[in-house]
Parts: sequence; structure tokens; C-alpha cells
Amino acid sequence: MPVAVELAGVDFAYPHGPPVLRLVDLRVEAGEFLAIAGPNGGGKTTLLRLALGLERPTRGSVRLFGEPADRFRERPRLGYLAQRSQLGVQAPATVREVVAAGRAPLRPFGRLGAADREAVDEAIERVDLAGLASRPLTRLSGGQQQRAFIAKALVAGPKLLALDEPTAGVDVAAQEALAELLARLHGELGVTILYVSHEFGAIEHVVQRLVLVRERIVFDGPPSTLPGVWHDPSHVHV
Amino acid sequence: MFDFEFMRLAFLAGAVVGVLAPVVGFFLVQRQMSLIGDGIGHVAFAGVALGYLIGVSPVWTALLAAVVGAVAIEWLRARRKAAGDQALALVFYTGIAGGVVLISSAGALNANLFSYLFGSILTVTRTDLTRIALLGLGSLILVAVLLRSLLAVAIDEEGARVSGLPVPVLNGAVSLLAALTIGISMRIVGILLIAALMVLPVIAAQRVAWSLRSTMALSIGIGLSSVLAGLTISYYGNLPPGGTIVLSATGFFLAAAAVEAVR
Repeated sequence: MPVAVELAGVDFAYPHGPPVLRLVDLRVEAGEFLAIAGPNGGGKTTLLRLALGLERPTRGSVRLFGEPADRFRERPRLGYLAQRSQLGVQAPATVREVVAAGRAPLRPFGRLGAADREAVDEAIERVDLAGLASRPLTRLSGGQQQRAFIAKALVAGPKLLALDEPTAGVDVAAQEALAELLARLHGELGVTILYVSHEFGAIEHVVQRLVLVRERIVFDGPPSTLPGVWHDPSHVHV
Repeated sequence: MFDFEFMRLAFLAGAVVGVLAPVVGFFLVQRQMSLIGDGIGHVAFAGVALGYLIGVSPVWTALLAAVVGAVAIEWLRARRKAAGDQALALVFYTGIAGGVVLISSAGALNANLFSYLFGSILTVTRTDLTRIALLGLGSLILVAVLLRSLLAVAIDEEGARVSGLPVPVLNGAVSLLAALTIGISMRIVGILLIAALMVLPVIAAQRVAWSLRSTMALSIGIGLSSVLAGLTISYYGNLPPGGTIVLSATGFFLAAAAVEAVR
């Protein structure tokens, strides 16, 4: 199996700050569906940012599909759903416009072509928003907005889909619907998924592997083997 | 009114400004940088003053100063040396203070200066019109070429960064476009009021629009209508055009807010 993400002996601290991560070793095979969990401030978002090459480790190395993560050449093939994904614009962007924005990294200049429009329609259909494609995001529920952002992350045909706290601010039903959607997309597309969240109750039955982070990796394995006391990630002890 | 050449020149130049200002303003509003135009405008004021002092056309020195101001704001923001509003305040106040000192040194505190600050329909020359048309067209072409990427950054800046779009370069391009817009609009609207023409049509349009595309189209329509109505009122009322144009835009904003309220 090719390796999608590999962190070897990684330490990380922000300038003048305390250590955020220490001696992290993590290897994610291509096509894996991995949840990264842990308490707030435990370093899980930093770990994701390192994996995506947005931060450089203080020590150790990070590789993305075999290349140094910060110099990864196929960046348009990285789908990303930011923490509390919210529309950056105040104007009423429609689902179609938001999803189409995900094609810009593939072709940054000029107008949308036929292939772009086809990919946008396909991504919108995949997340079951075809009937709402022309509706402004501001008139959708939190769960539907989240699905629109997932379609945007999918529209360039990603090799890796990274989701940072995608369930923040949405209700339990929407969290479960998201888990089912991600499981279906993983099955259909075979894309590598990194799912970061401080809570993993809704996702643990669909992921293959769970990694708990609290400055170090304190658990790495199938969710079914996780000791009961750790199901509340705030109880993770180093 | 169109028997006079100065009015024909003012309307043609105004039409370019009326289209360009909201197009560029659209991206400033979406980045929550609505006041950046004010900051750059105040630096342009220092440029006008420098032009008087060294005996060079104030239009060119103002344009140069506006570009320098835009680059400074974006550099401060990108390097996180100052938060967006602090970067703006630093450039804003330095620009106005520098302008006051330079204009006083040049002994140019006169009526001609006010035509740069608040616009004048009497002052647009054929040379001005050529410059406005060329720079305006160039700016609109740049926006058209970068539109997809600029929208992607506006919608989701972090996602755009992860996917490899050159976000700092694109943000710099927006600031540069704002500086160009201010530089070429000062003869019509004035450097102290042009920022309003970049922002008011956009915030009016997004109250009644139903998509990004319709927001931009309505912004252009409101911007153009504000300039044409403002110039007409300015001509018949013998008023400074900058003020009448911006008040027309305010009227459109109030109308849009009323439509939104009853919808």
C-alpha cells in the first residue's frame, strides 16, 4: 500500500510557545479512513496542519504521498474542510458557486469549462444537495452547509480529504448523517480521509482507525480496541 | 448638459469609475476590509501633496503613493506584524499626517487641492480620460482573469491555501487593484470619497441579491447609476461631484435595505 501521510519523530512548538507535539510517529496508508481525536489543545489540529504542509515541524519530517509535505506538488488534489467551516463572503453565495470555488486550484484563470461544470454537478449530487444547488448557503441548515463544503472539498477529485472539527456547531443528527455520508464517500471514492475532532462518538463506527493525541500519540488502533475510559477524550492521560 | 465637452469627458470617465469601483470593492467587502479604500485614499492625499511640492503632476504621485500604501497594508497583514485594522490605522494616519505636512510645505492649501479631495467635473481632461480608460480597462481585465481564484479565496481562504492557490499574491492583487481604482477615480469622486463608491454599491446589492454573480452585477449597476445620477445633480446643483455621487449611492443602499425589509 502506498503511504499517504508519514510523520517521523515530529516535534512541534509555535514560536516562543510550549511544545504542542512531541515525538510523533504516524503512518497513514492511502485509502485509509482515520479519525484523529483528543482533548482541546492536545495538538490534533496542529498534527493535521503539519500533515498538510501548512506548518513545518521543529524536528522530524513530514511527507505527503512521498514528497515533503510543505513542497507537495499536487496541492489541488487536497480536499480540506476547515474548522467551523463558514462562508468567507457576506454576499449570498449559492451551493453551486461555493462548490465551483473548489475547482479554482485546478484551473485558476478564466471561466468554468464544461468539465468543471460536470464535476461541480457530480460533487453536489454526491452530497445529496442537487435540489438545492441554486440556493444561497445562508438559507440552508448547518448540516446542509457542511455538505456543501464537503462537495467543494471533493470537486477537484482529491487524493486526501482532511476535515478539521467538521461537527462543531451541528446537532447530533447532522453529526450522524455526516458520518454516514463520509463512510459512503470513502467506499465509493477510496479517498484517504483524515477526520479531526475532539469527540468521535458519531464517527467511531465508520472509521477504520482511531488516533488519540495529547501532545503525543497515546492510542493508535481500531476504535473497537479503545479502552472504555478513553471514550471521553478529555480523560486521555499520557 | 452634454453640449459642454467637460461634461462629456466627466460622464465617460465616470462610467469607467462607476463600473470599476464596485467590482474591486466587492472583494474588499467580502474580505471585511471595507475601510482599506479609506486608508489608501489618505496615502494618496500625501501623494497629491508630494506632487505639488516637487512640481510633478499630483495624479501620478497620488497613484504611486496609493500603490505604496496598498503594498504596506498587505505586507503588514500578511506578515502578521499588525492585525488588519491596526495595519489600516497605521497607514491611514501616517498618510493624512504626511499629506498635511507636505501640503503645508508646498503652500498648496488652495481650491485646486479640494478638487483632488472631493472631485470636480470641470477638471477632467482628454489626457485624464485616456489614462482612466486604459488603467480602468486593464484593472477590469485583471479581475476577469483572476476572478475564479479571487472568489475561491474570498469563499474559503484556508481551503484555498491548502489547495495551493497563491493566497498572499491574490490578496496583494486586490489591494493593488484598490490602489489603482483610487488613483484613477480621484478626478471624479475625490480621494476622500472614492472608498464609499467601492463599498456602498456592494453592501446595497448583497441585501437584495440571490447569488455572488447577481451581487456583482447589481453592484455594477448601482455603482454606474450612482455616478451618472451624481454627476447630473452636481451639474445642475453646482455641487462637488464626489459628494453627490456618494449620496446617490447612499440612496440606493437605503432603497435596497427597504426592499430587504419588506421581502
